[in-house]
Amino acid sequence: MLRALLGRWRSSLRLLQPAHVGAERAKISVARLDHEYANKVVALQNVDLNVRSGEFVCLLGPSGCGKSTLLYALAGHVVPTGGSVSIDRQPIHGPGPDRLLMFQEAALFPWLTVRGNITFALAARGVPRAERRERADTYIQRVQLGGFEDALPHQLSGGMKMRASLARALAVDPAVLLMDEPFGSLDAQTRIHMQELLQSIWVRTGKTVVFVTHDVHEALMLGTRVVLMAPRPGRVVRDLEVHLPMPRQPEDVALNEMVRHVGGLLREVEGRAHTRSLQPAPTRAPARPVLRPQVIPGP
Amino acid sequence: MKHHAQKLLVVALLIGLWELVARMGVWSPHLLPRPLTVAQSLVAMVTDGRLVGAAGRSLGRLLRAYLMSVALGVPLGLLISRIPFFRNAVKPVVMGLQALPSICWLPLALLWFGLTDGAILFVVVMGSVLGIAIATEDSVNGVDPQLTRVASTLGVRGLRFQFGVLLPAALPGIVTGLKLGWSFAWRALLAGELLFVSGGLGQLLTVGRELMDVPQVMAVMVAIVIIGTAVDRVLFQTVEVRLRRRWGLTATT
Ligand SMILES: Nc1ncnc2c1ncn2[C@@H]1O[C@H](COP(=O)(O)OP(=O)(O)OP(=O)(O)O)[C@@H](O)[C@H]1O
Ligand SMILES: [Mg+2]
Repeated sequence: MLRALLGRWRSSLRLLQPAHVGAERAKISVARLDHEYANKVVALQNVDLNVRSGEFVCLLGPSGCGKSTLLYALAGHVVPTGGSVSIDRQPIHGPGPDRLLMFQEAALFPWLTVRGNITFALAARGVPRAERRERADTYIQRVQLGGFEDALPHQLSGGMKMRASLARALAVDPAVLLMDEPFGSLDAQTRIHMQELLQSIWVRTGKTVVFVTHDVHEALMLGTRVVLMAPRPGRVVRDLEVHLPMPRQPEDVALNEMVRHVGGLLREVEGRAHTRSLQPAPTRAPARPVLRPQVIPGP
Repeated sequence: MKHHAQKLLVVALLIGLWELVARMGVWSPHLLPRPLTVAQSLVAMVTDGRLVGAAGRSLGRLLRAYLMSVALGVPLGLLISRIPFFRNAVKPVVMGLQALPSICWLPLALLWFGLTDGAILFVVVMGSVLGIAIATEDSVNGVDPQLTRVASTLGVRGLRFQFGVLLPAALPGIVTGLKLGWSFAWRALLAGELLFVSGGLGQLLTVGRELMDVPQVMAVMVAIVIIGTAVDRVLFQTVEVRLRRRWGLTATT
C-alpha cells in the first residue's frame, strides 16, 4: 500500500521536470533582466526566462516577488533598468499589437458599457466595424455575462467586471496574452468556469500565455510550465515543465501530488524570505548607484 | 422632498425676519422696504417688460462671452496638459493672470473697445477663460493612469486616444470647471454692467440707486439670485449629476 503510494508519488513527480528552453527556440526571451524602481526597490534581479510559442506559463510566487513587474516588462509597460526582453527575436519597445496585458484590476473604461468596452478595443485593433458587435457579443456570452451587454462597469460586481475584462482581452485575440491574477477575485465556481474557458480557448488557438497567480492549484491546472519566483530581490528559483495531459481534472491524484510538492517549494521560498527579512537589510553603497554588484543566484 | 421642505423653511424664516425688522421701524421704509413692497416692485418690473428685457440682454451677452470662453479655455487647457511648451511657458502666465480679479480688465477694455458691448464681453471672457483652462488641465492631469495604461496595451493611440479615452475620462472634471467658469462669468458680467450704460441687469441696479428706489434695487438683486441659481441648478447640476452617475463616480446609483 505504502509502496504503491510512494511509487505513484514518484511517477507523478516525474511528470514535473526542470524546463530547458534555449533562447533560439523561444517566442519570448528574457535575458539577464534587472529592474529597480525609482525608490531603490530591486523588483527583479538577473531573470532569465524563455517561453516557446504556444506555451502556457504560470508565474508563481509570494506577494512582492516581482511577478507583476516581470509581466509589465513583457508587455512593454515597464522599461527594465537592465537586460533585455525580445519577442520573436526582436527587442521590444513598449506595448505592441502582438501582446495584450490584462491587469490585476478589471480596468474597464467606466463610461462605456460592457459591449462598448469590447467594441472600442476591437476598433483600436483595426477590426472592421461590421464584425465588432457580433464578436463582442460572442465573448460576452462565453464569460457568462449574457444580459449585461449594456450594463455600465459600476453596475457590475467585482467578479463580473473581471469577466468583462477577460472577454475584452480574449476578443482582441492577441498572439501573446499576459495575465496578472485575472481570477483572483472570483468565487470558486466562476473561477473554475473561467479557467475552463481560458484553457479551451488556449487549446483551440495555440496562444502563448503568461499567467501570474498566487494559487498553486490554478497554476498546475492551467500551466504547461510553472515558474517559481522568490522575493527580495525578485528572481526565478524554479522553472518546471508540467507533463500532464489537458484538460486536467481538479481532483486528479497526480495533479494534487504536484500541488503538494510545488506548494512545499513555495512555502520554502516564503520561509526563506521571511527569515531573511528579519536580518538587517544589506545596505548598498550609495556612491555607485549604477554599477551594482552582480549576485549570481544559486541553483 | 424633505430637502426642498427644509430649504423653503429657511427662506421663509429669512423673509419673516426681514418683515419683522422692517416693521420695527428702526430704518426708514425707504431704506428698508418690506418684503411685499419688493415683491410688488419685482412684479411691476416683470409686467412692464423692463426686467425681462434687461435679463434677456444680460443673458445674451453672457451666453456669447461664455461660449467664447469655453471655445478658448478647453482647448487651451488640453494644450497645457499635453504639450510641454504650453506647460512650461504658457501655464505660468495663465496662472498669473488668473490672480487678477476680472473687473480689473475693465479700464483696459474701455480704452480698447470704447463704451461698447465688446468691452463687457472682453471682461467676461477674461474672467472665465483662464479658470476653465486651469480646470480642464487639472482634470486631464488627474486622469487615472490605469486607464492610459489599458489604452496603450489595447493599442488605442492618436486621436482615438485623445477623444475616446482622455477626454471622456476627464469629462466630469471638465464639466465642474465649466460650471465654475459660468459663475465667474456671471459675476464678471454684472460687475461690468454696473459700471456703465449697458441696458442689462447691472444697469437696472444702477438706475434704481440713482432714483433712490430701494425696492427696485432689492427686486433686481432677487432676480439676479434667482436667475443665477436657476442656471446653476437646472443646467449644470443636472448635467454634472447625470455624468457622474454614468461614470460611476457617485456612491448611490
Ligand atoms: N511602481 C512601483 N514603484 C516602486 N516600487 C514598486 C512599484 N511597483 C512595485 N514595486 C515594488 O516592487 C516589488 C515587486 O512588486 P510586484 O508588483 O512586481 O510584485 P508581485 O509579485 O506582483 O506581488 P503581488 O503578488 O502582491 O501582486 C515589491 O517589493 C513592490 O514594493
Ligand atoms: Mg502583482
